[in-house]
Amino acid sequence: MRKVWIKWLLLSSVAAAVLAGVAHAASMLGPKRQAELVYLVRQDCGSCHGMTLKGGLGGPLLPEALAGADSESIASIILHGVPGKPMPPWTGQLTREEAVWIAGKLKQGFPR
Amino acid sequence: MKRREFLKTSAFGAALAAAMPSRAMACPAGLRGTGDLAVIVERASGSVLIADTTARETLGRVEGLGDLSHASATFSRDERFAYIFGRDGGLTKLDILEQVIAKRVIQAGNSIGGAISDDGRLVAVSNYKPGGVNVFDARNLEPVAEIPAVYGDGKRSKTVGLVDAPGRRFIFTLYDAGEIWIADFSKGAKPSIQRFADIGELPYDALITSDGRHYIAGLFGEDGLVHMDLWADDPKPRRILGGYGRGEKKLPVFKMPHLEGWALAAGRFLLPAVGRHELLAVDARTFEEAGRVKVHSQPIFAVARPDGRHVWVNFAHPDNDTIQVVDVPSLSIIRTFKPGRATLHMEFTPRGHEVWLSVRDADRVDVYDTRTFEKLGELPARKPSGIFMTARAHTIGL
Ligand code: HEC
Repeated sequence: MRKVWIKWLLLSSVAAAVLAGVAHAASMLGPKRQAELVYLVRQDCGSCHGMTLKGGLGGPLLPEALAGADSESIASIILHGVPGKPMPPWTGQLTREEAVWIAGKLKQGFPR
Repeated sequence: MKRREFLKTSAFGAALAAAMPSRAMACPAGLRGTGDLAVIVERASGSVLIADTTARETLGRVEGLGDLSHASATFSRDERFAYIFGRDGGLTKLDILEQVIAKRVIQAGNSIGGAISDDGRLVAVSNYKPGGVNVFDARNLEPVAEIPAVYGDGKRSKTVGLVDAPGRRFIFTLYDAGEIWIADFSKGAKPSIQRFADIGELPYDALITSDGRHYIAGLFGEDGLVHMDLWADDPKPRRILGGYGRGEKKLPVFKMPHLEGWALAAGRFLLPAVGRHELLAVDARTFEEAGRVKVHSQPIFAVARPDGRHVWVNFAHPDNDTIQVVDVPSLSIIRTFKPGRATLHMEFTPRGHEVWLSVRDADRVDVYDTRTFEKLGELPARKPSGIFMTARAHTIGL
């Protein structure tokens, strides 16, 4: 059953996001990689967004601040950056799946 | 064991411990100077270490300083107190000798560093939210002045590049507005403010030379920097090194470079380029480009050894495990080595015989000989970032 879900997520990420497929995507990332991503977000996104993600040069990445955006569009910003602004593109360091996972976690309240 | 006794686990603990014999062990006579001490920021745990740079050991830890990501420190003129600027708007006056928090205020929602006035009486903090600069009495951190960075139709800009300048002045830059402001407190607590608009897109940091003459702001939104000669009768910002990117596409910048740490050598100084893996050499008289050095990745700090002969460079994520050393007269790289992942900051002893590096992911501060490049020692520290030696008390702009 889960396999089908994941396939579907890959085929249609938009639909997957709507159906909260984000949680299923998470199951594809091992716990070790998840821990690395948490560290990366706290430390390296944190250098511009603050370690507590309350904002810095870049705005806050807290659930309230991201409530208006879906995980897919947040993931797109993470992967492609904001042209002309200091937000860099993370393609190359993060896969789409990882970016979607981060986006989902940011929306829920990012783990410590 | 001895170290353990010195580690104070909280401000309260430190106050108690201050009366305990363990502290007397650090200074048998009960007296000591502070000129060779350093404050090391432990960014993740809201604590700082106080270290003796002669003995190369930690004297104590003070906790309870809030969110210290991107924290920095300046020092009182007597080098007894450090003013620590946290990310969460916290401003902490730290008593380095007693190892306690003397006073702490939350003065804004989100801030990015500060400065102390030339007379040592005013401490200014640069804020992102609400955008502006707040100024405090250095003795008790009572508010003295609020300078909202208002521009356009009442919007408030994040402020960056806050420095002190001679004549009881503070200079800072408005990130969103693209302006430089000079706040002059020479007449008392009410500053007179001079604004310079249209300096360029997205200025992200600035420095002042240690003679207090030149203020230089880096731009993220355009190629080039902005220079103001503060000795001029009528100082005006002017563009320097325009088009240093030669119109090429910027490389991604995973961490914003810092401009502090410049030093003059052979008539020029080196600054990190933004979006290019290069240092820019600037002629100190003409402020024109005087060469470039290709480096390992996006440079973050380019810090000159105090004599100016060498510049040590660290880099942005994901290349932040590496340090390079540049020989300034020849503009060549003479050393590349990897202290460890997330080598975030470098601080030279005042005469430059040693450099202290924080290696965040290894939970360590490393000490190197700056001539032999030999590692002399290390100190354990929890996720260390900024290292600030008390000698900064006596340098304009630090
Ligand atoms: C070098 C600085 C920098 C780093 C590092 C950085 N960001 Fe950003 N980020 C910014 C800035 C600045 C903006 C605002 C861009 C603008 O003005 O529209 C931004 C915007 C964003 C946005 C859009 C929402 C908003 O606040 O505008 C998201 C989401 C985001 N960043 C996530 C991340 C994540 C996740 C990471 C780490 C993988 C990261 N950022 C790392 C500077 C940075």
